[in-house]
Amino acid sequence: MRWNQLVRNKPFMIGGCLLVLLLGLMVTSLFYTPYGPNDMNTAMRLAPPQASHWFGTDNFGRDIFSRIMEGSQTSFVIGTASVAIGLVIGLLIGAIAGYWGGWMDEMLMRIIDAMLAFPGILLAIMLVSVFGPGFGNTIVALGIMSIPAFARIARSGFIQYKEFAFVKAAKARGASSLRIISRHILPNMASPLIVASTMRFSGSILAEAGLSYLGLGVQPPDPSWGRMLSEAQPFIINAPWYVFITGAVITAMVLGFNLLGDGIRDGFDKKR
Amino acid sequence: MANTLLAIDELDVAFTIGGKQYPALRQLSFEVREKERVGIVGESGCGKSLTSLSVMGLLPESAAITRGQISLAGKTLSAGLREEWHSTRGRQVAMIFQDPMTALNPLMPVGKQIAEMALTHLAVTRKEAKQMALEMMAKVGLSRIEQLYGEYPHRLSGGMMQRMMIAMALICQPKLLIADEPTTALDVTIQAQILALLREMNRSTGTAMLFISHDLGVIREVCERVIVMYAGFIVEDAPVQDILENPKHPYTAALLQALPSVEKRGQALYTIPGRVPPLTERGGGCPFAGRCPRAFGICHTITPELDTGMDGHRVRCHLYVEGRLCG
Repeated sequence: MRWNQLVRNKPFMIGGCLLVLLLGLMVTSLFYTPYGPNDMNTAMRLAPPQASHWFGTDNFGRDIFSRIMEGSQTSFVIGTASVAIGLVIGLLIGAIAGYWGGWMDEMLMRIIDAMLAFPGILLAIMLVSVFGPGFGNTIVALGIMSIPAFARIARSGFIQYKEFAFVKAAKARGASSLRIISRHILPNMASPLIVASTMRFSGSILAEAGLSYLGLGVQPPDPSWGRMLSEAQPFIINAPWYVFITGAVITAMVLGFNLLGDGIRDGFDKKR
Repeated sequence: MANTLLAIDELDVAFTIGGKQYPALRQLSFEVREKERVGIVGESGCGKSLTSLSVMGLLPESAAITRGQISLAGKTLSAGLREEWHSTRGRQVAMIFQDPMTALNPLMPVGKQIAEMALTHLAVTRKEAKQMALEMMAKVGLSRIEQLYGEYPHRLSGGMMQRMMIAMALICQPKLLIADEPTTALDVTIQAQILALLREMNRSTGTAMLFISHDLGVIREVCERVIVMYAGFIVEDAPVQDILENPKHPYTAALLQALPSVEKRGQALYTIPGRVPPLTERGGGCPFAGRCPRAFGICHTITPELDTGMDGHRVRCHLYVEGRLCG
């Protein structure tokens, strides 16, 4: 994969631009937001977008733009943390199942199958209702939800690569299993894992928004795009921009990651 | 005479397919002495590679040793003991493979892969391992070694990669090097260079070699002694010159006849009629009886013993008794 090839890839560039923009907002929000995200201004309730409030204000007169900025932190943190959890545990399961095979493989894959049988969001709802809503539990639930996808990709990669001559050669020169897995197999299967990570990232963000919309995810006062969407719902007639803008930002984030993933996959695909 | 390094005694290896056992190596007995260069020759499917994998303890999951044993430098290698294999593989026995292009990790600089071998087995620091790798790369005839050290495999030619593989195999000074068709994937001029290098390495380091090939011409270049295998059996075992001048087993004779040479220029190449019987179709009797021009009655019913002649020339054929042709 070459950098100049990626630059010419439209999905990659569009997705990348969207994400750079959102990432910029997130980083800025760490130091500065136009208004305090929880500052109320009762004189300016449900104001439409204008020069002083780019995205308008909500029913308490809070600046929507500032709240979106603040909420992006939640999205990025939850996305990163849940993908990390899913990736690490999924890789572990995939490595054990794919590299050693046998009855461990059978057992682990049946568990993964069982997890896949439920729609992801249902699984997350179930986990949150057991552990209780909140920031940390949302991350754990979404992380567990991501495990099956990574475990399956990792398993198929290990099954494929353990038959490669260079892996057998490494075995023949006495390399330990741990070394073979970490130094010889993992780097070679990085591309499908990177693609899956970007896709799961958007899946997690969307699921977080969904959980928070249902009141099961991030709890007040932590800002969240999903909860903003549910708060905006009653005012859909009086203040349509509130719903529309919040929804558009979530869409942009999810679209950005999916396009980026598509682009990277195209770049890794040697046949093109 | 030098000491015995590798001793294989009455080894049987069988594949289990669908609950049934199919013997793939039978009554395999041979020795490799220290510093000796031994060749194993035979058609595809005769058990050459399986023999080397047995020695490495790398048999495929469906295959297992059912009888007999392998000992290396006086120590019996048992299939079960993982630690034993870890200290043996690479340290005492190293292996080079048919296709160097696929035997190197595409995402790791080649020099690093050589150094990794030393790091695995010897108590050396990273720096020392790198130094050893560079020295070894120079020894196998590579130039611009500092630059090559950091190159990725796709930047190298097949010959360079096979030199890298040899450097990697010999860096820990193993007692035995198994070369499984090391020149098959290379073109002819490179092939000659690699064969010369292997001979030279055997001379300078004293590493014994077990050289596997289907090409008697290649074996002749490198080895002192040759073992001819057919359908899982050793059918003949003798010094190279002896076999070339005086092949005893009809299979060996046929292999020699099939070898192209300058004298046979313009003639049609000889081929042995038929094919090696697949695993599932091997029965009693001499394994070669079905294709043998000199087969007679008992060849089809009784498997001949590996008969040792006065001069140590071993042959598995009913035509010979104590090394002498009869009938």
